[in-house]
Amino acid sequence: MATLFEKVWNAHRVRVLPSGHTQLFIGLHLIHEVTSPQAFDMLRLSGRAVRRPDRTIATVDHIVPTERQARPFRDTLAEEMLRALERNCAASGVELLGLDSGRQGIVHVIGPELGLTQPGMTIACGDSHTSTHGAFGALAFGIGTSQVRDVLASQTLAMEPLAVRRIDVTGSLAAGVYAKDVILTIIRRLGVNGGAGFAYEYGGPAIERMSMEERMTVCNMSIEGGARIGYVNPDDTTIAWLRGRPRAPQGPAFERAAAWWRSMASDADVVYADRVTVDAAAIEPTVTWGTHPGQSVGIGQALPSPRDAEAAGSREMADALAFMGLEPGRPIQGTKVDVAFIGSCTNGRLSDLREAASVARGRHVAAGVRAMVVPGSQQVAAAAEREGLHEVFAAAGFEWRGAGCSMCLAMNEDRLTGREVCASSSNRNFRGRQGSPTGRTLLMSPAMVAAAAVAGEITDVRRFLGTRG
Amino acid sequence: MKPIVRIEGRGLPLPGANIDTDRIIPARFLRTVTFDGLEQHAFEDDRAACASRGEIHPFDDPRFAGAAVLVVNNNFGCGSSREHAPQALHRRGVRAVIGESFSEIFFGNAVMLGMPCVTAAAEDVSRLQGIVMAAPDAVLSVDLAQSACGIAGEAAPYGRIAIHLPPSAREALLSGAWDATALLLADAEAIDRTAAALPYLRW
Ligand code: SF4
Repeated sequence: MATLFEKVWNAHRVRVLPSGHTQLFIGLHLIHEVTSPQAFDMLRLSGRAVRRPDRTIATVDHIVPTERQARPFRDTLAEEMLRALERNCAASGVELLGLDSGRQGIVHVIGPELGLTQPGMTIACGDSHTSTHGAFGALAFGIGTSQVRDVLASQTLAMEPLAVRRIDVTGSLAAGVYAKDVILTIIRRLGVNGGAGFAYEYGGPAIERMSMEERMTVCNMSIEGGARIGYVNPDDTTIAWLRGRPRAPQGPAFERAAAWWRSMASDADVVYADRVTVDAAAIEPTVTWGTHPGQSVGIGQALPSPRDAEAAGSREMADALAFMGLEPGRPIQGTKVDVAFIGSCTNGRLSDLREAASVARGRHVAAGVRAMVVPGSQQVAAAAEREGLHEVFAAAGFEWRGAGCSMCLAMNEDRLTGREVCASSSNRNFRGRQGSPTGRTLLMSPAMVAAAAVAGEITDVRRFLGTRG
Repeated sequence: MKPIVRIEGRGLPLPGANIDTDRIIPARFLRTVTFDGLEQHAFEDDRAACASRGEIHPFDDPRFAGAAVLVVNNNFGCGSSREHAPQALHRRGVRAVIGESFSEIFFGNAVMLGMPCVTAAAEDVSRLQGIVMAAPDAVLSVDLAQSACGIAGEAAPYGRIAIHLPPSAREALLSGAWDATALLLADAEAIDRTAAALPYLRW
């Protein structure tokens, strides 16, 4: 009897290091332009080479402009970063899915869509949202740059095992309630540090019914709950998604692979270190009001009051409300927004754009609101354009952009200015996250962002569902 | 590599829960291909926000200039995996961090730089922050071998508090094996053996 975590861990264990750390083989190493240049420099300085270029894949996502993508970029620092990545990949034989590949995009969007991400793998990337890939039943986690260097050099890492907390989501989600609301609710309940020491295994009927894209949204934000790894056991949905993907095994090899993938799922009667149950039916469209992703409320609820919080939390709550300029006890609905951002590795996939478009169709962005849609990858953009979603958005007054991280962290030109308030489908509402030190971010599902864009304020997306504006 | 057994230096108290890496080093400073100069931008936005309120951020407070031991609260370093965050602190002279708890990725990144993040009980952390606030010249000695932090001031000794570090990280620092690349490559055959047994590398 074992969990998926234990099975995958054991299959990748190389040896125990003198410190007691496990040396773990990394099956897939994804790299990008922000956290790899220093790693390549360190590698060069030590006279070492990339050990498994065949298990390393690069793309460019964080710094790419989404408006004018011609080279050289207007931003000379961004251009320098991409050039460094191009040089490093060329010199070490690593494949780079660049802007001219038709396959560029946010690293956590392209891994799955190409079929690079597969069940039973260990996947590392110099990015904390690597947990996204856990949706396939992989052990996928973020690492720092010195660890990127270690993986480049050895294809292994020194790691400590985690305990597994099973999170069962029972019941069904109501219309207008999405995977994003599920994970925001889980983080609110378990805390932003509640996952320390754990890998989260998501299961139960509501998770089993989810599409792969929805599962990715859930796993993506595991790290916001303090869990470096989140995963879902592979099942028919997983296998159906992978069939026919360019980098997945093909033909008879696919069937062999599928059998192994299924065998890696947690055994039914395994005992978990901890178990938590969440009732899907009780979840409302959820919006963050504070400066970390655990500070959220259901759309029908009022903002909390520091007076009601325990002493330790009340200072933090008061600070967050003051930063956000929100009043305790008031409803979150009706909060005015200046900017609406649909995109990111959390919610920048085709199904996310479809949900947002279904709200935007036949309506228009409110006066004074700047709204933009940034597809998670070039392939997502192409698929959306085939369905005409770009025209739906354009007609509704949303800007349709090129693929990248964009205003999720504002390392390119897309950013908030001053104290602007942004309804965002991304994953972090930290102070300054969207490029203005005083800018304010409210996280929610892409459909809720579209609803906020149209209404000019935070509103319940269910108002717009089933009716045309 | 040099074993890291004990770090001595003055303290730098930085109260607050859930201080994320976007606050430690805002993303705009990640537009670089090196880690050079990051130290100038540590907590840049928080420092500016303090200044605009007429307050002084601990990182700008001359009383704490040159401090080597950062004292923080819970879930310090949460958020992004950017090593730029511990790099910015380390390059500013921070050599150890004492806190209630740390995000796992930040913790791992800091160990790779030889900058231990040790935990202590919440009461001990607030007491320590209070002592350092009142007596910035007190010398903290973070002793990994003894799992204790001694606090000595000019006039009076302040005693010791118990600190904790997971055994593997502690062992790696004490034995000088905290930067693991060479160790990871020491048994290349074992790496290849593990790879050879993985079905997905040869479907
Ligand atoms: S979309 Fe945002 S969270 Fe995702 S990888 Fe890019 S910057 Fe990071």
